[in-house]
Amino acid sequence: MPLNKSLKKVLVIGSGPIVIGQAAEFDYAGTQACIALKEEGIEVVLINNNPATIMTDEEVADKVYIEPLNVESIEKIIKKEKPDGIIGTLGGQTGLNLTVQLYEQNILEKYNVELLGTSVESIQNGEDREKFRNLMLQIGEPIPESAIIHSFEEGIAFVKEIGFPVIIRPAYTLGGDGGGFAYNDEELETVLKKGLAASPIQQVLVERSIKGWKEIEYEVMRDANDTCIIVCNMENMDPVGVHTGDSIVVAPSQTLTDVQYQMLRDSSIKVIKELKIIGGCNIQFALHPESNQYYIIEVNPRVSRSSALASKATGYPIARMAAKCAIGYHLDEIVNPITGNTFASFEPAIDYIVVKLPRFPFDKFPEADRTLGTQMKATGEVMAIDRTFEGALNKAIRSMEMNVYGLCLEKNKFIAELNLNELLKQANDQRLFIIAESFRRGITLEKVQQLTEIDPWFLHKISSIVTLETELASFNWSKVPVSLLKVAKRNNVADKLLSQIYGIPEKQVRDKWKELGWKPGYKMVDTCSAEFDAVTPYYYSTWHGFDEVEVTGKKKILVIGSGPIRIGQGIEFDYCSVHAAKAIKKKGYEAVVINNNPETVSTDYSVADRLYFEPLAAEDVLHVIEKEQVEGVLIQFGGQTAINLAHDLEEEGIKILGTTVKNVDRLEDRKEFYQLLEDLDIPHIEGQTVSHPDELIEAATKLGYPVLVRPSYVIGGQSMFTLFSETELSHYILQLEKNSQATMWPLLVDKYLPGLECEIDVICDGKDIVVPGIFEHIEKAGVHSGDSISVFPPVSMSEKMKETLIDYAWKIANSAPVIGIMNIQFVIYDDLVNVLEVNPRSSRTVPIMSKVTGIPMIEWATRVQLGETLSVLCSTKGLLDEPAYYSVKTPVFSSSKLKGVDHVLGPEMKSTGEALGMGVTYQEALEKSIPSLGGQTEGNYLFCSISDRDKQASLPIMQDLVKKQYKIAATAGTAAYFQSAGIQVEKVIKNEDEVIELFRNQPMKAVINIPNQGRNKIKFGFQIREHAVRYKIPVFTHLDTIEAIIGLEKGYSSDFEVRAVNEYYKLEERGAVHG
Amino acid sequence: MNILQNGYLTLETGEVFEGVLIGADKDSLGEVVFNTSMTGYQEIITDPSYAGQIITFCYPIIGSYGINAIDNESITPALAGVVIGDLCETPSHYQSVNKFSEKLKQAGVPGIAGIDTRLLVKTIRSRGTVKGYLSKTKNNDNLGPDNQSFWVDKVSTKKIQYFKNNGPHVVLMDYGFKKSILNALLDENCAVTIVPYHTPYEKIKALNPDGVLFSNGPGDPMELKKWFPEIKKITQNYPTLGICLGHQLIALAYGAKTEKLAYGHRGGNHPVKELMTGKVKITAQNHGYVVVDESIDNKLFDISYRNVNDRSIEGLKHKNYPIQTVQFHPEAHPGPSDTEYILKDFITQIASMGETVYAIK
Repeated sequence: MPLNKSLKKVLVIGSGPIVIGQAAEFDYAGTQACIALKEEGIEVVLINNNPATIMTDEEVADKVYIEPLNVESIEKIIKKEKPDGIIGTLGGQTGLNLTVQLYEQNILEKYNVELLGTSVESIQNGEDREKFRNLMLQIGEPIPESAIIHSFEEGIAFVKEIGFPVIIRPAYTLGGDGGGFAYNDEELETVLKKGLAASPIQQVLVERSIKGWKEIEYEVMRDANDTCIIVCNMENMDPVGVHTGDSIVVAPSQTLTDVQYQMLRDSSIKVIKELKIIGGCNIQFALHPESNQYYIIEVNPRVSRSSALASKATGYPIARMAAKCAIGYHLDEIVNPITGNTFASFEPAIDYIVVKLPRFPFDKFPEADRTLGTQMKATGEVMAIDRTFEGALNKAIRSMEMNVYGLCLEKNKFIAELNLNELLKQANDQRLFIIAESFRRGITLEKVQQLTEIDPWFLHKISSIVTLETELASFNWSKVPVSLLKVAKRNNVADKLLSQIYGIPEKQVRDKWKELGWKPGYKMVDTCSAEFDAVTPYYYSTWHGFDEVEVTGKKKILVIGSGPIRIGQGIEFDYCSVHAAKAIKKKGYEAVVINNNPETVSTDYSVADRLYFEPLAAEDVLHVIEKEQVEGVLIQFGGQTAINLAHDLEEEGIKILGTTVKNVDRLEDRKEFYQLLEDLDIPHIEGQTVSHPDELIEAATKLGYPVLVRPSYVIGGQSMFTLFSETELSHYILQLEKNSQATMWPLLVDKYLPGLECEIDVICDGKDIVVPGIFEHIEKAGVHSGDSISVFPPVSMSEKMKETLIDYAWKIANSAPVIGIMNIQFVIYDDLVNVLEVNPRSSRTVPIMSKVTGIPMIEWATRVQLGETLSVLCSTKGLLDEPAYYSVKTPVFSSSKLKGVDHVLGPEMKSTGEALGMGVTYQEALEKSIPSLGGQTEGNYLFCSISDRDKQASLPIMQDLVKKQYKIAATAGTAAYFQSAGIQVEKVIKNEDEVIELFRNQPMKAVINIPNQGRNKIKFGFQIREHAVRYKIPVFTHLDTIEAIIGLEKGYSSDFEVRAVNEYYKLEERGAVHG
Repeated sequence: MNILQNGYLTLETGEVFEGVLIGADKDSLGEVVFNTSMTGYQEIITDPSYAGQIITFCYPIIGSYGINAIDNESITPALAGVVIGDLCETPSHYQSVNKFSEKLKQAGVPGIAGIDTRLLVKTIRSRGTVKGYLSKTKNNDNLGPDNQSFWVDKVSTKKIQYFKNNGPHVVLMDYGFKKSILNALLDENCAVTIVPYHTPYEKIKALNPDGVLFSNGPGDPMELKKWFPEIKKITQNYPTLGICLGHQLIALAYGAKTEKLAYGHRGGNHPVKELMTGKVKITAQNHGYVVVDESIDNKLFDISYRNVNDRSIEGLKHKNYPIQTVQFHPEAHPGPSDTEYILKDFITQIASMGETVYAIK
């Protein structure tokens, strides 16, 4: 059936702020789908309050609503826009849930909006445990027996029925805390009791355990004509028990015979047909390692992280096809855009192997529980492609940017064997390297297999890489046989690893390859194993074969992407990379993009002219540069990843566009930077660089406490702390030494000023600057800019202050000079504007500022780097006029996903995403962006625990809250202080048990907990925060946040107005002329 | 550990691919073809339709799950050689009883590993039909004609074989049938008589079948030209299903023509559309020849299936006789089983057409 012509306008629901488990993949899917709809002449209306996304760009959707993702907003939008249809399967679980709610509340029916694609009934059949179970029983597909259990007796009876082994999962605990496996009656008794006790609602799920079985996923497409295809299957290296988002995954499956492959394929098709899904669907299976017995573990009736991975792994654009199917097309009517001459009903066949590695945030959270289970913990992932597993794995490892280039890690050599066994047994983020260490020590494959339950196929491969690394290490550089080096490169062993093994500069390794005439070949990702000609330039490198990729004669510019999403370097840099590529194309160059993140828009085949899916290590980037003979390289858009490559590229004589590498260093090196500021007569925070603990203490004493301490090159405030006394500082040093990372030194120590913080993004051509706006932070300095609530335009800054900071920006831009873009952070204390830091690159705020002002910041920043002047692009210089509306950005944390991590606000960034609210007043914008305390529901208790340091400052706020009829519970010290100040305290809580008791029995509005320092597991405050997360109670750890929110407590108004972004623009014309 | 012996695949068009020799220690000549399936290497190397061909695996890692005792499509592989990228010598699967390389050795099939099979595939595609020579040395001489071109005779059964069962009786005309076709029939309780490809109508009649299945097989269907009249006669007298070569033979027997595809359809991902219903199925395919569209007498045959990508003919249905033919493999193995209903429907059809007759009383 062709396009449904009655559809003129379609509403798409986005996935909102990024949290662990729901990340950039939905920007990728949503963008692709919106474009697929638009090219059919359909008007696309989008709602998404994640401002760092490409999908919320004006070119992607016709009308973009950056409004709260809830039923009220959507209803208002529907009422206003009157769409003919709605698609809810593109916005992750958020989109799916909202779609179901809209349907259940009869809103779709009321406004006569057709739900496109998969129906609500199908969604519910896939999502609702009972309905799904019944459906599977009907069609004879096996699912593990399970039951929701509320009592011990009930649990025992159920297990008697289904037999051992079983897994017990308590409801609503952090990261599956309190659950476990039981293999016999004795274990069952212990685990069941523990599980019921751990659950805040005394509920556990008891399920047949299939831990250790192979975990296999299928990505399936179906159209309304019942045509079904498998886009890709994937095999998790980590067997069942580890969330697939946290597993090492390969595509296609490696250890399944055709009979098994087809058996699961048949089952997938049976399921998708029965569910009547239109579009894409992900089905996860557990396959017994010693038989053909299988179970269906889970079905996701929507696009997902796995579908993004499958799309990038095969080239088949699932979201695009799903959108086309939703508006009526059949798969055999849609041309496969990769080949241009086959149809979407053709199952991709690939002739390479894909390896996905998850990227965990544990480098930032050493205190976190690093074990892996059913709760996903990874913030991002990398994908690598090669013709062998060994090659792809080695590429994936160096794509991670964890400063790790091989499998055998020095630090693992010191692990005691007993601990090693434990680390093999209990899945964790380091297990791959622990396996390697085990092999290095000669532990047998059988033993490793027994402990890990990983299929021997993978273990053999890992073992062979270890053997190779060991053999390489048995030579010195002058003696290592060329034949062995050849084997190393065919296995894609990193140049960096070789340089480490032989103690030589990496350049020397590279020079050797040049001398030998070695370089990798490039192959195409074409969906069809070369059976047909493909037209889409999507490439990977391999040392196994011929270079089939032909270069064009056109002038090219390279954009270096930002790699895996991690806290501190997220989707915003992908936004910047995409816009840089677009700007390059616009200027008549070919845009070459290198990136390895399968979740993002930048790695969509349609963004770059030439996409290289490669690690962002120097060797891989240099090979692409050499191959493509690019005119220059843009390094300002790929976050710190790209900046970190600058030296290696320059050393090889590669032209870096924009700000020179020398000047980047000058702005990033604290000493040189302070010198520059002093030369320019710009005040800065007093501080110094220290390279030894004694020096640190001395410096801190000289500066006076509190001080802010951090390593010199940082992403997102890694290991950054505000320390208020020498005791705290000593503790910090101790911690640092324990984690013994040599890269930590030198450290920067600054005086900490609790002033107003603000930041600007400056586009500079070396002479002029354009600053689209200033973001004021709600929380005082000391809270990482990524974690503070920010408002634009500023609400409490004087014109004088604004002028001063623009003046400073101008001075820095001219003197460095900065060409392109930079981000400057300021702290204003006692009316004195101090420069805090300069990031000589784009920043987290760029997408937001671009979006709310309509200024194409990245395009301008790219064009000045290509040689244009700002006067051509913008008639106004300096700070542009402020708009007549407000935008408020609020950080979003993944608190409930990371056990052991303290989400207290501090100098280290912890949020994973952000939500934006827009309004004609500051209040309206704030209200739309912030998770409000909600209306007056039953019980309005606040639980307070305030550090001594902040007790006095908290009084006016608390008095205000009491006036608003809030009841107070508090810890003993806080309660005593409040009472002495005349604030009534209803309950005094003395220990952890009482906290649990309180949270369990008394509905709580929020926890106000201002810690001394935080991140100390043995402190009471930490326990309070963790329990609050467990009981889903909002936690506020900074008084400024509370103060901002109190202003809203007039009650959450449901009569707010929704406006598309371009309607805000029209509220008052800006002064500047857009170029 | 074996000492790796370097070897070469020399194409008649001049290209030489260097790799490491695996499998049987002998030289080999054959048409170089490629298969895009990502699983099913065991079924592929034992499929008689590959007789005389050197098969290139597009998927680069081969041997991962070993060789088992169950999935062979014939007892003796008939192919001339295999070309692969990365050979896995450490297979892992609970059913595995052998390594891929060992299987080749035991079957007397030479192979070469470490080849950039993607480059080879692209070379084949740019050249059309290409013969290649697998050897320890580069072979720069003219490769010359095959000394053997009638492969059906080599792979077809020499004697009639009976499989007793209590369902309808099917005669399987063996042009090099895949065991999965036989299994599919047996699974449906059919009694099966496997007969040599040259079995004439009269002999078939003597077997008194309920239906006849014309199997897959290797090579150019025109090699069987002299049996076309007999084939036609059989199809006019019994409900008929033709698979792959069988489909081509039946078309030819009714006056259609076949031609060689530039580089064949070999893989498990080919979409075909059932024209009656508009439904699309994913099929397993393995053919180098195809029935010419314009040569079909549309007074005699309806086209039942077409390939979604190149629109080529994938199936025929006779207007008067109960004859159905498909170019693809409904029996799968390897490949998807989306079209297994074709075999089932055939059996249901013959079962309903008359009283069940037993092959062996």
